[in-house]
Amino acid sequence: MNPGALLLEHFETRARRRHGRVRRHATLIVGCSVLGLVIVACVAAPLLTAYNPETLDPLRPLAPPFSPGHILGTDQFGRDIWSRILYGGRIDLLIAFGATGVTLVAGTAIGLFSGYVGGWIDSVIMRVVDLFFAFPFFVLVIAIVAMLGPSIFNMFVAIWLTSWISYARITRGHAVVTKNREYVLAAKALGYRHSRVMLRHVLPNVVSFVLIFAMVDAVGNVLLGAALGFLGLGAKPPSPEWGAMISDGQAYILSAWWLSTLPGIAIVIVGVGFSLIGDGLADVLRADG
Amino acid sequence: MARFSFIGRRLLQLIPVLFGITVITFFLLRLIPGDPALQILGQHYTAAGAVEVRHSLGLDRPLWQQYLLFLQRLFQGDLGDSITFKQSAGSVIAERLPPTLFLVAYAATLAMLVSIPAGVISALRRGGIFDQGARITTLVGFAMPPFWLGIILILIFSVHLQLFPVNGYGKTFVQHLDHLFLPAATIALGFSTIVIRTLRSSTLAALASDYVDTARVKGISRFSVLRRHVLRNAIVSVVVVFGINLAFLISGTVIVENVFGIPGVGTLLVDSVSTRDYPVVQGVTLIFAFLVVTINLVTDVVHASLDPRVALE
Repeated sequence: MNPGALLLEHFETRARRRHGRVRRHATLIVGCSVLGLVIVACVAAPLLTAYNPETLDPLRPLAPPFSPGHILGTDQFGRDIWSRILYGGRIDLLIAFGATGVTLVAGTAIGLFSGYVGGWIDSVIMRVVDLFFAFPFFVLVIAIVAMLGPSIFNMFVAIWLTSWISYARITRGHAVVTKNREYVLAAKALGYRHSRVMLRHVLPNVVSFVLIFAMVDAVGNVLLGAALGFLGLGAKPPSPEWGAMISDGQAYILSAWWLSTLPGIAIVIVGVGFSLIGDGLADVLRADG
Repeated sequence: MARFSFIGRRLLQLIPVLFGITVITFFLLRLIPGDPALQILGQHYTAAGAVEVRHSLGLDRPLWQQYLLFLQRLFQGDLGDSITFKQSAGSVIAERLPPTLFLVAYAATLAMLVSIPAGVISALRRGGIFDQGARITTLVGFAMPPFWLGIILILIFSVHLQLFPVNGYGKTFVQHLDHLFLPAATIALGFSTIVIRTLRSSTLAALASDYVDTARVKGISRFSVLRRHVLRNAIVSVVVVFGINLAFLISGTVIVENVFGIPGVGTLLVDSVSTRDYPVVQGVTLIFAFLVVTINLVTDVVHASLDPRVALE
């Protein structure tokens, strides 16, 4: 084979390999882009809109989308919907990351410990987990919020108290299997401390499963936060939280469809972003064996 | 025999769970910050009234006595008295239970009618147009807030097309079916996204299994293999998914009842939160937990009768 053909083949293989990698990661890339764009837009809200989300404009109530000056129209008080969606996104994204992040870390830690230690401690923790699973999650969250008093912070507390159980169960299941693998036994035989074996040898094998679930859970938390806002148990009315906006717009649904419809679309976009990242992670994990 | 001992074992396992549920619901009331009597009475607060409220909630006794009292009342079917309705919380909840149960059953039925064919067809025509369409639909459907979807459905089907009533529950069975169609469809859409995905992957797993290959090699017709070997296993996974995601159905019901103004337990729960009717909130939580545990028991038994391996474990 002449050197030219060899070189050509070399480039072709490289291109094909890269193409394969891009295809395998396509879902993940799209998901990260969607969510990344939303995050950037919400953080950079002051640059993307000149309006304050809570400033009333009595002269221009219920302007339809694409009105001059108001790309997504205005609500019943003349507040600009585009700016309300951008600023409201800060609250909903905070719920998604704040609620999911804390329970992810806490639940994983508890599950890892439970599965690694085993014995009666494991049994007790897992019975508690089973117990929480008997309650419909949403009802339990509402009940806790009801007792503490409706507010965004108490909603966080309610989610933190109840949502770690899924992570604990997933992590524990994988930890029980992993702790008897040869490399973990080898690490123990080398005399490493338990904390090191847990964190450096067991955890890395569990973490991808937990992350995939965390993306599904994040979608659930966005929906939950919005649902509580909608029911008046989370974010309170002047705040532009998406669920609260949908609830506000419900009374005007016949004359001004955009009030409720647009924030809902924002929720769907964020949810799809998280779901795609979860699916993408699962694809990559499968491909890596 | 294995089946009966399985049910027996399963019932025994229930006892600690039921016990634990009562402990958690008991401690719910303890989460109220400050003085519950002050929270409940609000502007009607008087010292005498506060003493009465504390006494009726049992708050004037030591914690362990309060719990025993709570258990004792529970065994007598007494969930405490509703503060708003001035009658027993149990009867208030019982009154609101039928629409909720109807809605849950209706939504589950609709979800199954859609997702069983959709999941199986997606798996059989893997990568085809239907499969890809189903994937996108489930992706978007899963991210849709049920309360938002409900509003959109009301706008399209009740207001513009005038096919269904806007809200309420109706009086006769047929009216229930009519009134609850949109609410049930709203819940079913979210629920079926989960069922379709699970059913698709379990059908794919069954299609790739050795026993399906064997059946085909034996020359059994495609349809027969599908019905007796592939679907038989797929149905088992549907039962399991149903059990696991029951809580999802109930959550959906609580939200959707509030959108469509259905006089069920979900609207009662949310109303009770805003009126600070703590005994009702506590009672609803308890009853929903009992409901989940009971239906899970039923799905486990059905699962065991469909798949004998489960009972032997």
